[in-house]
Amino acid sequence: MKLYCLSGHPTLPCNVLKFKSTTIMLDCGLDMTSALNFLPLPLVQSPRLSKLPGWVLKDGNTFLDKELKDCSGHVFVDSVPEFCLPETELLDLSTVDVILISNYHCMMALPYITECTGFTGTVYATEPTVQIGRLLMEELVNSIERVPKAQSASLWKNKEVQRLLPAPLKDAVEVSTWRRCYTMPEVNSALSKIQLVGYSQKIELFGAVQVTPLSSGYALGSSNWIIQSHYEKVSYVSGSSLLTTHPQPMDQASLKNSDVLILTGLTQIPTANPDGMVGEFCNNLAMTVRSGGNVLVPCYPSGVIYDLLECLYQYIDSAGLSNVPFYFISPVANSSLEFSQIFAEWLCHNKQTKVYLPEPPFPHAELIQTNKLKHYPSIHGDFSNDFKQPCVVFTGHPSLRFGDVVHFMELWGKSSLNTIIFTEPDFSYLDALAPYQPLAMKCVYCPIDTRLNFIQVSKLLKEVQPLHVVCPEQYTQPPPTQSHRTDLMIDCQPPPMSYRRAEVLTLPFKRRYEKIEIMPELADSLVPLEIKPGISLATVSAMLHTKDNKHVLQLPPKPAQPPASKKRKRVSDDLPECKPLKPLLSGAIPVDQFVQALEKHGFSDVKVEDTAKGHIVLLQEAETLIQIEEDSTHIICDNDETLRVKLRDLVLKFLQKF
Amino acid sequence: MDRECARLLPPVCAVLANTRQLISDDTCLEKLLDWFKVLTEAESSLLLLQENPCLTELITCVLKLEDPSTTIVSFILRLTGIFAASESCFQHLQQGEFLSSLFGEEGPINSSLWEDASVRSGWVEGVRSMVRHQSAIQFLCSSGAIDVIFTLQGDPSLFVASAVSRLLVHILTFSLQSETTSPLSTKDCSWPMCARMIITHIEESLKSSSVSHIKQALKLLTSVFGCCHDRWTEVLWSWIAEPIESLLKEEPGQTGHSLVDLFLSMARSPVFGCPECSLWTSVTHALKYLNPAQAGPLALGVLKCQECPQAVRIQALNVLLQPMDCVLRSASQPLECPGLLGESVKDSAVVENLLSSKPSCAGLLCQTLAHLEELLCMTSLPVEVPHIPLLQSVMITLQFCNGLATPVSCLGSRMSRILIGCFRVQRSALDLLGALSQCASDVAFKESVFDTLLKYLEGPDSSPTVLKKSFQATFKWILCLCDPPSFSNHWQQTEQVLQRLFLALQKRMCSPCWEVRDSALEFLTLLVKHLREWDRFRQVLFSSEVPGLTEDLLQDPESYVRASAVAAMGQLSFIIHLVPKIPALDDGSNKEEDIVTELHKILSTDSEGFPRRAVIRVFTDWLREGHVEVLKDTEQFVSRAIQAVNGDLDWEVKVSGLELAQVFSAQTLSQLGLAGCPYSAVLSSATRSTRLNESLQIFQRVKLFEFLFGALCDCDRPVAQKACEILLALKAQLYDDSLTDRLGPGGLPAEVHSLTQLETTVRRWMSQAQSNPSGDGNGARSHEPHSVLLVLGTVDLEGLRAALDKSSDHIEKSPQSLLQDILATVGTLEENEADCY
Repeated sequence: MKLYCLSGHPTLPCNVLKFKSTTIMLDCGLDMTSALNFLPLPLVQSPRLSKLPGWVLKDGNTFLDKELKDCSGHVFVDSVPEFCLPETELLDLSTVDVILISNYHCMMALPYITECTGFTGTVYATEPTVQIGRLLMEELVNSIERVPKAQSASLWKNKEVQRLLPAPLKDAVEVSTWRRCYTMPEVNSALSKIQLVGYSQKIELFGAVQVTPLSSGYALGSSNWIIQSHYEKVSYVSGSSLLTTHPQPMDQASLKNSDVLILTGLTQIPTANPDGMVGEFCNNLAMTVRSGGNVLVPCYPSGVIYDLLECLYQYIDSAGLSNVPFYFISPVANSSLEFSQIFAEWLCHNKQTKVYLPEPPFPHAELIQTNKLKHYPSIHGDFSNDFKQPCVVFTGHPSLRFGDVVHFMELWGKSSLNTIIFTEPDFSYLDALAPYQPLAMKCVYCPIDTRLNFIQVSKLLKEVQPLHVVCPEQYTQPPPTQSHRTDLMIDCQPPPMSYRRAEVLTLPFKRRYEKIEIMPELADSLVPLEIKPGISLATVSAMLHTKDNKHVLQLPPKPAQPPASKKRKRVSDDLPECKPLKPLLSGAIPVDQFVQALEKHGFSDVKVEDTAKGHIVLLQEAETLIQIEEDSTHIICDNDETLRVKLRDLVLKFLQKF
Repeated sequence: MDRECARLLPPVCAVLANTRQLISDDTCLEKLLDWFKVLTEAESSLLLLQENPCLTELITCVLKLEDPSTTIVSFILRLTGIFAASESCFQHLQQGEFLSSLFGEEGPINSSLWEDASVRSGWVEGVRSMVRHQSAIQFLCSSGAIDVIFTLQGDPSLFVASAVSRLLVHILTFSLQSETTSPLSTKDCSWPMCARMIITHIEESLKSSSVSHIKQALKLLTSVFGCCHDRWTEVLWSWIAEPIESLLKEEPGQTGHSLVDLFLSMARSPVFGCPECSLWTSVTHALKYLNPAQAGPLALGVLKCQECPQAVRIQALNVLLQPMDCVLRSASQPLECPGLLGESVKDSAVVENLLSSKPSCAGLLCQTLAHLEELLCMTSLPVEVPHIPLLQSVMITLQFCNGLATPVSCLGSRMSRILIGCFRVQRSALDLLGALSQCASDVAFKESVFDTLLKYLEGPDSSPTVLKKSFQATFKWILCLCDPPSFSNHWQQTEQVLQRLFLALQKRMCSPCWEVRDSALEFLTLLVKHLREWDRFRQVLFSSEVPGLTEDLLQDPESYVRASAVAAMGQLSFIIHLVPKIPALDDGSNKEEDIVTELHKILSTDSEGFPRRAVIRVFTDWLREGHVEVLKDTEQFVSRAIQAVNGDLDWEVKVSGLELAQVFSAQTLSQLGLAGCPYSAVLSSATRSTRLNESLQIFQRVKLFEFLFGALCDCDRPVAQKACEILLALKAQLYDDSLTDRLGPGGLPAEVHSLTQLETTVRRWMSQAQSNPSGDGNGARSHEPHSVLLVLGTVDLEGLRAALDKSSDHIEKSPQSLLQDILATVGTLEENEADCY
């Protein structure tokens, strides 16, 4: 059993598990942090960004000045943003049989895998994962395609050239694998390969293994997966949460008794407690709006935003913010808000019960009804007519490199009254802000990551007790910036196996058993013999029939009849002939009684020696040695076949045959 | 016993003796016993028994019953005990063989009734009441009751067991106090037999292998030393010191807490005050052998003890400091700080073990922190506490709790994992940090203290209770930072701290959690109250957004927060006019006036009581301290406030309103030189009657007396009491007997004693005042300011006060009522029973 690790990002995993005869890809996350190295894509012509000076090497060489721009003391690539794909060279991805998706954030690389590698298998995911994943992809494609950029930079990627660049470009990894964003047709084609599944549904893969999605409590439709055969169980835990937010709670019980538990997608900010961060978010939002400033919240169109809107729904009246408009701007804003209300079966119990009242499960419906929350596909069109300040704007993309957020950064960045509040933990907020410096607007970092923290992991592992834990190497040591926090790492016994990008792990357990069925007729013919109380044995002569990874023992073919005629043998006659079997022996030889028997049969000079493994019976006169061990008996005599047979028969008298 | 009770008692006894007539409410029986106790203390018990034969009959009757209810048996046991407390009555009862039938072997002890805990409890209580004379002691010794008492020490019912413990203490102390005259020595035959039996029993228990027996004996001794401070207790100690010493040296794990209680009770007794007393040797051993969690309370206890020898104090302090020393060493290099303890006391393996285990770490730290806080809050410290290393250690604890400390040892790493996010430890450490503020003068440390405190105030993960404690500690440290010399010398540092503090405060005032908004406002109120005189403080405060946010919070949906915002605005409004206006922001409006209007609006319209109460308290403070807006037109201010209060339904608002009226009336009288205080300055040379007249006119304009009389008739007792108190004070200042003759009765009755009469009188006076505003005819006199004096003279305020001081159930508490109740309940029960059939 092997695990191929294709991604180095612990929360955007992409691993391939080879188990029995199947090749299963677990998630295909897309590392978008590479986009931070690119200049933002402004929706409206930005004089500042269009007049940036080209970057010149120390020796005055200007050959890169078209590709790289100097912006606020940092160097950025002036091109369409590119993303870091999972490893494609480690194994032939066309051999992948199935892809299991755990949540909508972990499927963003799907079109690259299904459309560019010769993949012919099936993708399994829950319905909300697919629908919201589609929204995220649509938003991504839309944000990038609406600002066409002819230029594609590639010179800087040359290894020799990259060495000369300043950090962080110099240290960017795997730049050769960075790719431009996919297109909508590719998205549609990729999504068409997905087969929808429900929680606890058992899916057979070629009869060899069974896969089952379980609720992971992190997002709408998010799942952990169990991959099991008759005698082995592998759990894949990715992006799980034990907090009571909107999704169905995590199913922990089904993860018990795993041989291997692959653990990915823990919280990215283990020191920030989501509750505290939500409070912080509300505090800063209220403070800014009260002093007449605007609040910008760069976010994804689904996920935490639902919880934030719910908190604000409860908070705005008490904070006297009832008259402040909330704007949600995204090409998929409307669909996201509406989808969230229809996936009742995927929601937590409280929200599910609301549906039967009937009431919308999320209170943002009421915010929309009362005109407190308005949503627009983009800043163009209706939004510009309705726009009132001070206000709160939720919009993408959290990297601040594309999407409507770029416009608001240009618009509001110069005033210290405004505040940008980062809630998504995927990007370093300092790096995200780099091309906008100097920035007057206040900046608040309230990352809200509801995924498991290390305390919760430790409780989970105690509860489910897997034999082995496999996790990204980042989880096996404290964060580099807080090396004294030994509580911020996985602590379990035996210590977890860690992996890094482009590594192949041989998982530490061997398959020992396989289930074989016996046909009833064959079972009828067996005559078990009780060896010990409660243990019966029977010899089986049968034919093993294997099809679709299922094994069946069938009745053996009848012994070959002497040919009645000289006709050609029929096909069935080709079956191997079965020789009559010698009986099997069992039992132990009682040495004292055996010696007595020998003496009775005329061997007078019997001598017994004890050895480490048993006994040696020495017949001195006959120069013969009988070596009796637990599982074998040897008679060593000098070419005296009669004597050997005599002794053999004596030995056999003491053993049972069946 | 009065005649009515004597008449009611026989039927009540008949009811009690009747098994079919069960008393459903056994509190009646308790009240009955209380009554008999009072009766037997006041008059002769024997006479009482003789005059009320029904009581003896009741006992006889219950004793004869085949299957009496356990409640009645328990009652009879206690009742007999109460009567047997008098020696003559005891003899009388013994003659009638009541005592042996109830407390001897023929009694319930050997019947199935004994299985009921209430019977056992009644027996013990009865015996306890009885032991007031030697005859009772003799009876106990001869009847074998003492052995029964020893057995009951381990009774499964905690009530019985603890009553037995009290009983044994009582028997022991009584027998020794009443019998011995000469000093006793150990194992002296002069010890009374009964006491000897008890002490031998204690000694045996202490030497037994059963933990529960040892604990019982220790508990008993604790009570003896706690309640009796006679010389014989010293002899008792020398008798039992040896087994106790051996208990200490063995494994004192389970008996540790009981030993600590015993030593503390002894340490508090003057008998063991002498520093040479062997008790201190045992305490020294206890501090050494007990585990740190058990030794902590003992250490604190002996440190509080004035007679404690200095060496024991130092050892006790070391016990308290040891966990803090371990914390200090776990996250700082020895060179950085010297540690809390000397080299001689470095064996900290046990403490380290406790601190590195999850179940005990937080408990031990919380206990130690709380003990040290208590110690530091003592008015005079009995030992020298190393403040600076202790402060460092507390800060490391707080940093462990929010992940900011860098451990340098294994213990440190272990503790940092255990303590992260531990609210309990955070709260205790913040309390101690606050207490340490008084002792720290080192400015370098203040900086790091504020840094730690501000991290807590800024941290998003601080829980509301931790935040509250952080605010309290910060307040104490701010006060010490703003000490006059420190304030001016280190202004820059103070300014930075204040700026950061106001930013944090601002954020907390916008918190979604109302408890946090509330604590932030409470903190602000305290801060402004203490620092408002400082010009620089005001500048930093008003350059922040805190004042604006406070005003916004007057509209908060949570009433507690609104109330705190009102209090904070009350303080802020004292200084608003002192802050130079920023021309750009000045909209020409008068901020102070706006605040007054806003608070009046809250007082008259807010639907919840808390904000209204807060407003009226703020108004009273303003009046007391001479707020600018109040001084502009005090009469109008007071009149408006009391009018709003008059219509309020909340009694606490009314009482606060009355306090405002009290302050106002006192101020008015004092300004006019009418106050009773001999030193009050008389500003004008006008005659007393002119000044009296003037004061009455002021009160009339404000409608003070309407308000006070209205409150006097209020159905809420505290309101009426307060009004009565104020009126009495006013009467003392203003009323003069000669006035009655001068003004005539004015249509009022000669004397008003009852509340009904009072209401009629006051209403009449008020209606006259209202119907004749122009002052003609009969009403003219009522409307006259002096007419109120007539009412003051007529109403028997003293009598009213006495009536109001009595609790409302004083009538229902009488014994007649109790006896009637018992009879009535039985009647109802019977009726119900009949209904059932």
